[in-house]
Amino acid sequence: MTAQTTTEAASGAAGSWEPRLVAFFCNWCTYTAADLAGVSRMKHAPNVRIIRVMCSGRVDPQFVLEAFAKGADGVLIGGCHIGDCHYVEGNYKAVRRVRMLRRVLLGMGIEADRFRLEWISASEGEKVKLVINDMVDKVRALGPLGLPERFQAWDQELESLKRTVEAPLAEAPVHGR
Amino acid sequence: MAGKPKVAFYWCASCGGCEESVVDLAEGLLDVVEAVDIVFWPVAMDFKRQDVEAMPDGSILVSMINGAVRSSEQEEMVRLLRRKSRLVVAYGACAQLGGIPGLGNQFGREQILRFAYQDCPSVQNPDRVQPQPQSHEDGRVATLPGLHHVVRTLDHVVPVEYSLPGCPPTPRLLNQAITRLLSGDLPPKGSVLAPDIALCDQCPRKDSKPTDLRLDEFKRPHLTRLDPQKCFLAQGLVCMGPATRGGCEAACVGGNMPCSGCFGPTSRVKDQGAKMLSSLCSNIAATTEPDIDRTLATIPDPVGTFYRYSLAGSLLRARVPENAKR
Repeated sequence: MTAQTTTEAASGAAGSWEPRLVAFFCNWCTYTAADLAGVSRMKHAPNVRIIRVMCSGRVDPQFVLEAFAKGADGVLIGGCHIGDCHYVEGNYKAVRRVRMLRRVLLGMGIEADRFRLEWISASEGEKVKLVINDMVDKVRALGPLGLPERFQAWDQELESLKRTVEAPLAEAPVHGR
Repeated sequence: MAGKPKVAFYWCASCGGCEESVVDLAEGLLDVVEAVDIVFWPVAMDFKRQDVEAMPDGSILVSMINGAVRSSEQEEMVRLLRRKSRLVVAYGACAQLGGIPGLGNQFGREQILRFAYQDCPSVQNPDRVQPQPQSHEDGRVATLPGLHHVVRTLDHVVPVEYSLPGCPPTPRLLNQAITRLLSGDLPPKGSVLAPDIALCDQCPRKDSKPTDLRLDEFKRPHLTRLDPQKCFLAQGLVCMGPATRGGCEAACVGGNMPCSGCFGPTSRVKDQGAKMLSSLCSNIAATTEPDIDRTLATIPDPVGTFYRYSLAGSLLRARVPENAKR
């Protein structure tokens, strides 16, 4: 499935584009809920890659930015409800970071619907399904973010001088140190 | 002339402060001139581009290049120097991470040109003249360098061996770098030529930094009477010390101003702004979303605060333009 969806996303421009979501789920609540959704045979959109972390408070904002920079169209963080954190206050740290990171992302032109934090307890398998489906729909409506392709497009303006100035590198240094 | 190693200095999108920092070597500069031949230094010496073009490839030991790369002229000079040099050093925050010019990546190129030549309140330009790469007048053709769409760090354009961080780098770090590079005992490629530890570790105020900050609001330095001894974070100011590399000898803190992050991140961090945001925001006291938002609203410009010197070199690089969605 992974290989298939990767090629789908790569051929985005051809109209066969599918949203690609990265989800960071806390080991104690949301990941267990996703497991429950699985064993309960609930069906949700196949567009999400789930990464298990020990706590939503472990999600470094760098992880989120790197996911976007490497081609995610949306990033979802799932943690325990407030008051239920296995590490007491990890989810408080998560929500504080998320509130600020959202402003940074908006400032960088990344829409609010591409980044989401949800509290999903271990028994809420149904909520995993609803949240993923809803987010996939919203990201689909926004269209691809496609940062890797964008970076490539930006760097095309470097191609012409690269050819003219750097071409004859063959002349090895013989003088000096 | 034959025996001495050759050194070049060049500037791209920068303010000139990095050039000043070379002069800040003071009489140490005489020792440098004794040890090396400065073959190119537009701000101080009368060598031209043709002189560089005439040099054999790889004949310059090290080119110290400051400034971000924003124009085709800068890109061309950087590529030329890369070809002529065995080592290239990204000198200062702009070359290393984009620096202040990198903040231009929050706006599109056309937006910047329109503001600078039309919309800015102090501009009078009734004919809406904008600089053009080529213009014709009296049968002659005048050319100007083109403005790139985004600001780039030096290593986005050419391979770079080392970085000297800072806005500007300190004379001490420059001295150490030159000595090291001349000794032939080269540090591993990609090294940042400064201590690899956060500024807080070297801060004279570190003993007054509490383990749990529990901040209710962020104060701004120009509106606050600053305690000259106490940790700035403990005073409720944004100080980039926890996410910024040391080596500046805590110069700003010594002047009673919080760190704004010019030395960039340590080697363990990919994105200085995200790391600072992470550390700072997790330390506020509020526990509900409205309270959290109220506290965080006292940082009016998060991108400019957390990425003041590192936006062009950050993971996201530049703002995604609204109209570019496919």
